[in-house]
Amino acid sequence: MTNKVTTYDHVASLLFDGMTLLFGGFGGVGTPPGLVDTLIQSNVRDVHLVGNDAGFPWVGMGKFIVLGRAKSLVASHIGSNPVAGELMTAGKLQVEFCPQGILVERIRSGGVGLNGFLTEIGKGTHLQYDKPLVTIGDKQFLYEAPITGDIAFVYARKADTFGNLVFDKTARNTNPFVAMAGKVTIVEADEIVEPGALDPEEVVVPGIFVTHIVPSSGYNWKWIWEMPDKLSRDERPSK
Amino acid sequence: MDMGDARQIIARRAALEVKSGMVVNLGIGIPSLVPDFLAPEVDVLFQAENGILGMGPTPAVNADGNLSNAAGYPVTLLTGGCYFDSATSFAMIRRGRVDVSILGALQVSADGTLANWIVPGKRVPGVGGAMELAFGAANLIALMTHTEKDGRPKIMRTCTLPVTAYRCVKKIITEKAVFAVTAEGLRLEELLEGTSLEEVRQCTEAPFTLSPQLM
Repeated sequence: MTNKVTTYDHVASLLFDGMTLLFGGFGGVGTPPGLVDTLIQSNVRDVHLVGNDAGFPWVGMGKFIVLGRAKSLVASHIGSNPVAGELMTAGKLQVEFCPQGILVERIRSGGVGLNGFLTEIGKGTHLQYDKPLVTIGDKQFLYEAPITGDIAFVYARKADTFGNLVFDKTARNTNPFVAMAGKVTIVEADEIVEPGALDPEEVVVPGIFVTHIVPSSGYNWKWIWEMPDKLSRDERPSK
Repeated sequence: MDMGDARQIIARRAALEVKSGMVVNLGIGIPSLVPDFLAPEVDVLFQAENGILGMGPTPAVNADGNLSNAAGYPVTLLTGGCYFDSATSFAMIRRGRVDVSILGALQVSADGTLANWIVPGKRVPGVGGAMELAFGAANLIALMTHTEKDGRPKIMRTCTLPVTAYRCVKKIITEKAVFAVTAEGLRLEELLEGTSLEEVRQCTEAPFTLSPQLM
């Protein structure tokens, strides 16, 4: 079986200006910290991001968003990252809001090779945007288009060297679908094991969807609940 | 009354809506205070949309960065609980497997239309899972302070803020009153904390009828 373990330097060489980057995580939980740092250090810009949320200014993909090098973001909310809101209001970050479960299904639809789906959720609201309306019988539905990415960033608890993945608690969230929807899927794993070391019944994402694997050093940010009381969530810690 | 007191009153009253055997999803903000007011004998399953069924209280020690609620704060898993991905989480929500959804609100209109995701030009929290919770939950309860800080009403004839979902709220709980949303419009069910009917009339834009016990 192919050994897909590589280095962060190699990952950096795969990133490019204007790429669409899908990332796993929910409020930074399950967002790969080492890959976010690689993106930050790469100087790549005009990135089109797709992920559940904008993290916090010092957590998850939020660390990259605050630098102003993302061109657009498709997400379900950005409330925990006020800088993302400021960039949006200033016209420096184009934000498309998508209901949370609809967003993950759009990513899944791309990941499983389908052409999108119909739903009534969001119909008649601002989040309808210019999505096509489809009439079937006497009902109208929104057409939700599939999403795929040039690159996908995934965080896993364990990977074998072929890329079979196991996740951890609420760090699973969107990661399994993000993994399937990348043209190039890069997994950061807390633990990398030899083929055969994972129970085949426990594998959540088969390694066939995974392109590269890098070892993780774990989260390198403080969570909101670890911050001193006087530091509100609206403040950005100095570097 | 300060905001903190108002939030506690709302959460305490909302806790009475939660009954044994229910599956409950709590939004961020005031709804996250509701478990503090549940009677110990009430046996419910909390669902968190980031992937938990059977969410337990904040851990006393050893918080785990990979185990949080939907607001990003550490929680625990009760015996028999489980974890799942985001697609499965919203399958539960859209398919109506969550009995009660308790959400914070910015405005609710007379027909139960909910606005809770954006104040244009001011706050841009985003919609999160609220549209789907509003769509799928058998019972959607909206919690909010009765008015804005400057006294402007939040219970409206028509929402002036961008809508999250139309005609979805079944009950509104504020620090002053409880309203049921019926096919005929709002019905005032209870006055809280010694609030007078006249006071509620003055700070509620939407018309409402009175439940028999208030007549």
